[in-house]
Amino acid sequence: MSTTTEPPVVAEAAAAGPAKAAGRGPWRLVLDQLWARGSARFGLITVGVLLLAAALAGPLSALGGWTPEEFDKRAVDAYLGGMPRGDFGGISTRHWLGVEPITGRDLFARVLHGGQVSLLIAFTATAVVVVTGTLAGVAAGYFGGRTDAVLSRLMDLTMSFPSLIFMIAMMSVAKDVNRILLITLVIGLFTWPGIARVVRGQTLSLKHREYVEAARVGGARSWRILTREILPNVSGPVIAYTTLLIPGMIATEAALSYLGVGVRPPTPSWGQMIAESIVHYETDPTYFLIPTAFLFLAVLAFTLLGDALRDILDPRGARS
Amino acid sequence: MILYLGRRLLGVAGILLAICAITFTIFYLLPNDPAAAACGKTCSPERLADVKAAMGLDKPVWDQFAAYLTGIFAGRDYGTGPSAVHCGFPCLGYSYEYGLPVWDLLTDRLPVSISLALGAAVLWLLLGLGAGVTSALRKGGFTDRTLMVLSVGAASLPVYFTSIMLIWGVVRTAGLLPYPSYHAFTDGPLDWASNLLLPWTALALLYAAMYARQSRTSMIETMAEPYIRTARAKGLPARTVTVKHGLRSAATPILTIFGMDLGGLLAGAVITESIFGLPGVGRLFYDGLARSDQPVILGVTLLAAFFIVAANLLVDLLYAAVDPRVRY
Repeated sequence: MSTTTEPPVVAEAAAAGPAKAAGRGPWRLVLDQLWARGSARFGLITVGVLLLAAALAGPLSALGGWTPEEFDKRAVDAYLGGMPRGDFGGISTRHWLGVEPITGRDLFARVLHGGQVSLLIAFTATAVVVVTGTLAGVAAGYFGGRTDAVLSRLMDLTMSFPSLIFMIAMMSVAKDVNRILLITLVIGLFTWPGIARVVRGQTLSLKHREYVEAARVGGARSWRILTREILPNVSGPVIAYTTLLIPGMIATEAALSYLGVGVRPPTPSWGQMIAESIVHYETDPTYFLIPTAFLFLAVLAFTLLGDALRDILDPRGARS
Repeated sequence: MILYLGRRLLGVAGILLAICAITFTIFYLLPNDPAAAACGKTCSPERLADVKAAMGLDKPVWDQFAAYLTGIFAGRDYGTGPSAVHCGFPCLGYSYEYGLPVWDLLTDRLPVSISLALGAAVLWLLLGLGAGVTSALRKGGFTDRTLMVLSVGAASLPVYFTSIMLIWGVVRTAGLLPYPSYHAFTDGPLDWASNLLLPWTALALLYAAMYARQSRTSMIETMAEPYIRTARAKGLPARTVTVKHGLRSAATPILTIFGMDLGGLLAGAVITESIFGLPGVGRLFYDGLARSDQPVILGVTLLAAFFIVAANLLVDLLYAAVDPRVRY
């Protein structure tokens, strides 16, 4: 977990044995290092399983025999206020993770489809942020002068926005639009300056290195220098920072949906499922705990993975 | 120093103006008709026109914005003649829902949000810095690993989950504390604190985890500096080295995040306030959303922006006090 005492990737791999490390690409080396850390391995596996489950939400819930919006009145007891029949929220062979009170909708199907929505939003929002942030950061750092001044002011301005309050407000006033698209853009709009600052700082320190000067002397144009010399060298911190952005995105989406301004029913998302289940937390704790557990695991796994990636790819720390 | 302060204050004014303009544009260009909402369902076209004129909504957006800005600095009048309503400085408009000046609503709710934010901040700084520094001093050991596992876990828990678990465990099951309701500090500090203890804890757990991780990294980097070795070598006690030489310099990056976090919370923690039923600014905002109460939404957004910008400025000024290398 330390950031200063560990030697960089290549040195460590070389120490482990040049013969073994030879012929391996840099990404393979990163993967090896990740695997060597217990917490990162846990993160990697959990992320893999969650992504797979979300991607295969349709087929997997078909395996359980239910679709996320299918009512099952037989699984709930109308005389008990619609509480699920059986212990632990009605977990049984028919409903693997139990059912929702009152409607009897299958929680296994809903939590998988909810994960699909939550992770889709988190990933697309991250993609928007990374692309915008990197472009703005590279442009500000490389071109300097007026471009830098304008972009930096814009970053300051965006960072002074009360982002959660503003996101909630924007989400609530926009009525008839694609919620998933809107939530992605709104999150993206307020999150890009973080990565832009990191990239700007890196670019500033890279642009006067000898190899960049050499490329310039060799007659390379700005575009070529940016894409061939600068971008590949900021990719390490960017990847680490990106992984650490994802848990924040998942949590933000969940918070917005929890407050009722995110994804609208009947489309499930983790935050929205938690919001619906929170009134039942005492009578049907399983219903409350299942989406919470998925949300928790996803955030935890991406954080652990991001931490490890940052230690490996960005040991001196481009952050701050 | 004076020059720097002047430049920064100008920048702050510019940022607030820009935020005001953007917020105003977004909320007033959207297809909501507050006049129709205020007028009610059985509203004749003439009456609607009257209401619009009284609210100042019949003028072009630009004039409305100018009127809003003037209102903030000099107050403004709604309507004309004997039915005119005067809204004194600083006028943020009238709430459609409550029929009261937004400024009064905000100042009414602000003590709750500030109590929540400040109490939580004290708690998370103690917890976070304590855990972070302890971890850093025992780097790689059992304590370090346990604390870091705990803090990664706590940071991953959504605040609504911790809040509900605290209510369930402490209030419902153990009955140790009353269900939180707000009591003013001036009415009795003990009531005030015991009612806010759970919301403080819920917020503090989330933030403390982040501060623990941040301060650990920062502290490890600082403690590896040569001047720490010098301080040790000249025989200073371990505590002095850690606190005066280590923590003081390691605190600089933490101060930056702290300013942003506290600034963001002062104008209301929307989720925490709604779960614990605290009548703060966040709650006002949340209720305002459900009723499209645009002046309230705009007012809270501006207030929140003001707190963030002010906190950032304050932090930059504090740098000079914490870190003697910083000069303006």
